[in-house]
Amino acid sequence: MSQWPSIKDLASDVNSGRVSASEQVEKALKTIEEKKEFNAIIATLADRARQRAKTIDDRIKAGENVGRLAGVPFIAKDNFLTFGAETTAASNILKGFEAPYQATAIERLEAEGAICVAKANLDAFAHGSSTENSDFFTTLNPHDKSKVPGGSSGGSTASVVLDMAPFALGTDTGGSIRLPASFCGAVGYKPTYGLVSRSGVVAMASSTDVIGPLTRTVADSALVLDIMAGTDELDSTSIVKDKLGYELSPTEAHLKGQKIGMISEYMSEGLEPEVKDSINMAIEALKQAGAEIVDVSLPSLPLALAVYYVICPAEVSSNLSRYDGQRYGFSQQDTTNLDDIYKQTRSIGFGNEAKRRIMIGTYVLSSGFYDAYYKKAQIVRTKLVKEFEDAFKKVDFLIGPTAPTTAFGVGENTADPLKMYLTDIMTVAVNLVGVPAISVPCPVSDNMPIGLQLIAAQHQDRKLLEIAQLAESILK
Amino acid sequence: MFWYTKSNMAKLTRDDVLKLAGLAKLELSEDEVNKFTLEISEILGYVEQLQAVDVEGLEPTYQLTGLSNVMRPDEIVDYKIERSELMKNLPAEEDGQIKVKRVLA
Repeated sequence: MSQWPSIKDLASDVNSGRVSASEQVEKALKTIEEKKEFNAIIATLADRARQRAKTIDDRIKAGENVGRLAGVPFIAKDNFLTFGAETTAASNILKGFEAPYQATAIERLEAEGAICVAKANLDAFAHGSSTENSDFFTTLNPHDKSKVPGGSSGGSTASVVLDMAPFALGTDTGGSIRLPASFCGAVGYKPTYGLVSRSGVVAMASSTDVIGPLTRTVADSALVLDIMAGTDELDSTSIVKDKLGYELSPTEAHLKGQKIGMISEYMSEGLEPEVKDSINMAIEALKQAGAEIVDVSLPSLPLALAVYYVICPAEVSSNLSRYDGQRYGFSQQDTTNLDDIYKQTRSIGFGNEAKRRIMIGTYVLSSGFYDAYYKKAQIVRTKLVKEFEDAFKKVDFLIGPTAPTTAFGVGENTADPLKMYLTDIMTVAVNLVGVPAISVPCPVSDNMPIGLQLIAAQHQDRKLLEIAQLAESILK
Repeated sequence: MFWYTKSNMAKLTRDDVLKLAGLAKLELSEDEVNKFTLEISEILGYVEQLQAVDVEGLEPTYQLTGLSNVMRPDEIVDYKIERSELMKNLPAEEDGQIKVKRVLA
């Protein structure tokens, strides 16, 4: 049982004065302290959070309505620029960095009265699937400390499952919200590309990066998304939000008449039997509830990971070129000339995975190999886009597992980077084509959680959240 | 694991890795050079499968939601960020300016 009511109820309780924002912040900070051993949190924003809570409580006493997230504590992945604590992206090169402005997503949540209480651990620069690439420490799975929480939003996800706050923010470039949601048993939402402004979020692969919530329920994710979504002049790739918004009321949609395509490529051999059984049971339950389930094949899906591991490092190498030790972050000043300060700053400040991706990216973008790797990958990406478009002409939603396995052991995959990359095999295609997707917990017999992935066409976020809420109520 | 064929092709040489590191302004230790030579070769071996894909008549996808050349009015906007806020993260400064090392050794 969670100590938090639904986000909507909590905000309404704070607005009505039944409970105070300060009490909520203290509750969050206390839980963070009590569950410290899971390494979910890099830093708390205790002072700023307490101050904000006090201001909010004063405004409520004065008769104001503070907003739809009044006094609701939340935790941001540490690649979101925030006031009140350093923003490090869990990297040594950004250690000590104090953001001069906040991410648009944070600003929008705060404008509705939400209070950021802590920054969560991640794979440094969000490069990874387990949080083991954090330059600081590895987050542990809330269900089993010998297992990883998934990544890269592992700290955010674990913090929600550990009940530290009603919601957390993550980023999803190749699966980094959905994968930890699957491994930890949370709801993780990846919106249509561009639906939430990326301004003030440390860039990883700009053509696939999105921001989304991690929550206990679909309704909570929908509410948080509704507040963050929409165009922002600080992010020229941002898109308009649905005119109906995303907040859900309990009984809007029906499964009856919904056509859901089971992705055959994701249900093929290689899937852990336990995952396969759990997903099949979930799909059967949706069928019983009236959904029409059909098999859908997207033949290029097995290529998605290869496409991703060309495009992602290419964009990473470009985005990480800004870390030059001149303007912010770690800087190796004990050098004699400019070239040395670049080289030494980056060599000391970047971890293994960042270096690996920078070099792969540099390789696939270099003049002799650009056409063969980067351009070719972008063309194969078009194939994927078309196959998804075709699929959504036949079905309303696609369904499958979020990951081929349950959470793996800490240290199990660290020696083999390619094996680690394969963790994302069922999530990356969604990023490459820009469609929305959600991971919802499945019923499990064992104790390790399994996520059911639902996918919709671009801009169908509202419909996706509605169906996910139905699935959630059936699978409970 | 499915969809997973390890390639034994030694894609990169030591010198390739050193050259890449130089282009990316990284200095690698001896251990790193050895490790990355193997690992990056293996990853490039994996993405090699794209070469065989028939993409006749298809164009690359660079932008996903169909946006192009998003414009905004050419106006000065006050983001209310103090100069001192931007300067506080500087590793080195002099007289309110960013101080850099000499360009020529």
